[in-house]
Amino acid sequence: MSESMPIAAQTIEAPEEVMTEAEERISVATAGQLMWWRFRKHTLAMISAVVLILFYLVAIFAPALAYVDPELSEAQRGLMPPQKVYWLDDGKLSPHIYAVKGARDPKTFKRVYVNDPETKIPLRFFVRGFPYKLLGLVPGDIHLLGVEGAPIEESLFLLGTDVNGRDLWSRLMYATQISLVIGLAAVALSLFLGVLLGGISGYFSGTIDTVIQRVIEIFRSIPTIPLWMGLAAALPRSWSTQQIYLAITLIISLLGWTELARVVRGRFLTLREEDFITAAELVGCGKMRIIFRHMVPSFLSHIIAATTLAIPAMIISETSLSFLGLGLRPPAISWGVLLEQAQNIQALAISPWLLLPVIPVILAVLAFNFVGDGLRDAADPYG
Amino acid sequence: MLAYIVRRAALAVVTLFAISILSFAIIQLPPGDFGTTYIASMSAGGASVSEGDIQAMREQYGLDKPMTVQFVRWMGQMLQGNFGMAMEWNRPVKDVIGDRLMLTVVVSLAAIIFTWALALPIGIYSAVRRYSIGDYIFTFIGFIGLAVPGFMLALIVLYVGFRYFDANVGGLFSPDLADAPWNWIKVKDMLNHLPIPAVVLGLSGTAQMIRIMRSNLLDELRKPYVMTARARGLSELRVIMKYPVRVALNPFVSTIGYLLPYIVSGSIIISLVLSLPTVGPLLLKALVAQDMFLAGTIVLLLGVMTVIGTFISDLLLMWVDPRIRLERR
Repeated sequence: MSESMPIAAQTIEAPEEVMTEAEERISVATAGQLMWWRFRKHTLAMISAVVLILFYLVAIFAPALAYVDPELSEAQRGLMPPQKVYWLDDGKLSPHIYAVKGARDPKTFKRVYVNDPETKIPLRFFVRGFPYKLLGLVPGDIHLLGVEGAPIEESLFLLGTDVNGRDLWSRLMYATQISLVIGLAAVALSLFLGVLLGGISGYFSGTIDTVIQRVIEIFRSIPTIPLWMGLAAALPRSWSTQQIYLAITLIISLLGWTELARVVRGRFLTLREEDFITAAELVGCGKMRIIFRHMVPSFLSHIIAATTLAIPAMIISETSLSFLGLGLRPPAISWGVLLEQAQNIQALAISPWLLLPVIPVILAVLAFNFVGDGLRDAADPYG
Repeated sequence: MLAYIVRRAALAVVTLFAISILSFAIIQLPPGDFGTTYIASMSAGGASVSEGDIQAMREQYGLDKPMTVQFVRWMGQMLQGNFGMAMEWNRPVKDVIGDRLMLTVVVSLAAIIFTWALALPIGIYSAVRRYSIGDYIFTFIGFIGLAVPGFMLALIVLYVGFRYFDANVGGLFSPDLADAPWNWIKVKDMLNHLPIPAVVLGLSGTAQMIRIMRSNLLDELRKPYVMTARARGLSELRVIMKYPVRVALNPFVSTIGYLLPYIVSGSIIISLVLSLPTVGPLLLKALVAQDMFLAGTIVLLLGVMTVIGTFISDLLLMWVDPRIRLERR
């Protein structure tokens, strides 16, 4: 037996064509490597992946990126427009701002703010400020931005202030944290529901499948926003911010799992017919082993892609609900909560900078879409 | 064919039932019932209500009965067109909703027409001239349309209209016509105001539709029968329009069932931003004031509208797709 082996191997090798180095590399690459190579080719997806990483870094380091307490309000500084930062001083790089003086216009009674050219305030980086805990665990007091020679809450307003004089930049940092986390949490919940119900539906088929499919169809034919609004409005006023947060996450995911269930079911249906599943069944593998050892790994990448594509919808849902005043309630800050202040034409006319949180929403949603698109293309590297 | 219609109709009925339960749940969810809310609103108005009155009222409205009985009663009243009282307005719900529901239908329809009118030709163009500059531009606009939520688009449109054109683009009527009775001038005025809400509402749907149409048509164009048609010397227009577009249209029509709930949903928020006199702002007010009869009715009616629209789109699909029409005749 052992003597005949090399001969057999040789006869197989004989008609082999010479592979180029690249082909060789591809033929021995693992599925993961192939996916990574294909994903890398999708330029937009790569750029978007970097953008998303930056977004989540902002979410993690939000308190350090903010420079004042987001709840710090001062009516004297209400609706201050974004401040101009001067980068050069006599041709040398030395970022600085000017102190701002507020006064009331005697004719229109509007508050107007003017720079005081006498008081130059230099910007400093990595300075000590208000204490915080990163992710609720790591204490710190270093902030990315700071000023020298003046109390920071009275001098620095990078993106201006809202009606209550709260600093928009600092609030935006905290909002990014909450909005992105709620997107992830909601998608995790709908993923659980989707994989569970979609898996059951696809694997067992028959009556269970029909029932679950009809339920999904019913869910999809209901206009979601009125329902969300109804459910969100029914949350008791007395609930704490955390409870509302959880409830809103639940409401959003409750109506968002159908698409994921559909994808999972479709995958299960096609995979069930594959030879390697039949082989596993014939060898005598248990149902659980077939599902988790053989089926799940082969469609995991599809699930990841579908999940990525589902996150932006979750973020938009939360933003919409909070925008209507039915979602997260102050003191929680999210993109939607910030945008609630820019709800009507009067607000937009007087203080257009309150519309700025639109930019991160659009950026994040676009980035998630592109990354999801790239992942979907890469998910099937042998196709 | 009949089996298909019966099946879709049955599903529509089940969906309606599910929506009615959900709407009822929304009415029931807040703590307390109509009685406690009534006391609150009466005492806020300075009047005092005796315990006996409340008890009588609870009995009159059946609030002391079990949930299921209340639900059946409520459904029965709904079917008779009796939607209850809008407490905050102190008028029947029917009067409060009236025109607004119709305007919601008008705005949603306009958005769908806009979506189709734009998505169809652009989808065809993008598929036929794949990777051309036009295709890239439309794909890009499509992605933006997908990524920007409707209400943000509405905010941006408002701001641009105000800042650069010095015009308030919100509303569905000119100020002096808003309360006027319906006549041709008012209809014409509405038609003038309609494009902006329709575009804002329809854009993300349009983006989706373009992508669906493009990929469908691309799949179709690769098939041998297209080449055969071309080889036989059919004009390019005929080659594309006669068969591939018709086949590609199928999933296009079937997605209207999903497009409709989406657009109705969107119209709620967008109406708020653009101050359109649809049921959207009314629903929000009702929910904030916990005027649950009004809120529940609006959610129910929106659901009913969607289900009817979906059913119509199913029939439309049957008309377009002979495979469904001829199945088990």
